[in-house]
Amino acid sequence: MNGASLSSFFAMGGYAVYVWPAYGVFIIVLLMDWLAPQFRRRRVLREVRSRMARQDGRKARASAPASLEEEGRGEGLRLP
Amino acid sequence: MANWIPLWLHKLSSPPVFYRFAGSLRPWAITLAVLLGVIALYGGLVLAPSDYQQGNDYRIIFIHVPCAWMSLFIYGVMGVAAFIALVWRIKLAEVIAMASAPIGAAFTFITLVTGSLWGERMWGTWWTWDARLTSELVLLFLYLGVIALYHSFEDRRQGARTAAFLALIGIINVPIVHFSVNWWNTLHQGSTIRLLGPSTIATSMLWPLLTMMAATKLYYIASLFGRARVDLLTLESGKDWVRQIAQNEVRG
Repeated sequence: MNGASLSSFFAMGGYAVYVWPAYGVFIIVLLMDWLAPQFRRRRVLREVRSRMARQDGRKARASAPASLEEEGRGEGLRLP
Repeated sequence: MANWIPLWLHKLSSPPVFYRFAGSLRPWAITLAVLLGVIALYGGLVLAPSDYQQGNDYRIIFIHVPCAWMSLFIYGVMGVAAFIALVWRIKLAEVIAMASAPIGAAFTFITLVTGSLWGERMWGTWWTWDARLTSELVLLFLYLGVIALYHSFEDRRQGARTAAFLALIGIINVPIVHFSVNWWNTLHQGSTIRLLGPSTIATSMLWPLLTMMAATKLYYIASLFGRARVDLLTLESGKDWVRQIAQNEVRG
């Protein structure tokens, strides 16, 4: 394709103002439709991970005093 | 009667199974959709000759018509999924119905905008309250209504079932859009492509149109699967299979 025919292609016989925005809307809207769930997916998985981390933290805190007590008892047993 | 089909469908409706199935199909669907889309655009914008009445402006047809078909087709899929969701309360059917709504809204929006750009030059107006245009606008509002209703409930499943009900009622509009050009005297032209009888369009214009139709169908499959996968992750976020995916994602 040479320069002249390329520019006449973009001119669309005087209808460029109608044809190209139509194709632009088509591409942009579908691109947005494609990207939106990808971002949502990343957010959902991050939330799942942070909830898991919180639950792990709670479990660790819940078991920590018990283990200390056990240590204390262990020492107590050893003392006499 | 072969009973492996219902068995397979039953298995597929399990969220983790569908998640994996959709994940394996999605890359193929989008690759093929983009490939066919590019071929169709080349055929429509470069190879097809200009119309003897409309010049190059008619080239909007190559996106306008496939998108209009998709706007109706997706509503049909949404309606069937909504029906299944309401009658059998299958979680996957709710997900398919709700994931279809935004994609359908996107295609309807493109149809209206490209039609408006086409109409401005050919009819001399951006918009007119004619039967085809009005019923297509109603279709957009139905899609938006389904999306809004779905998100207005705290409980997602209850929201999905309520929105499915609206989707089911709105299905009346689909034949109205389709037959509006025959039932009423409208500014919008009738169909040039017929399943029965010869189409009134040149082959050089027909093949890019049909290729684009295939591309939009494949795009819908890819987009639907992507959205359904995220919706399933959200709905089942407490389950083990989702936790495993969340952990693997951080490593990968």
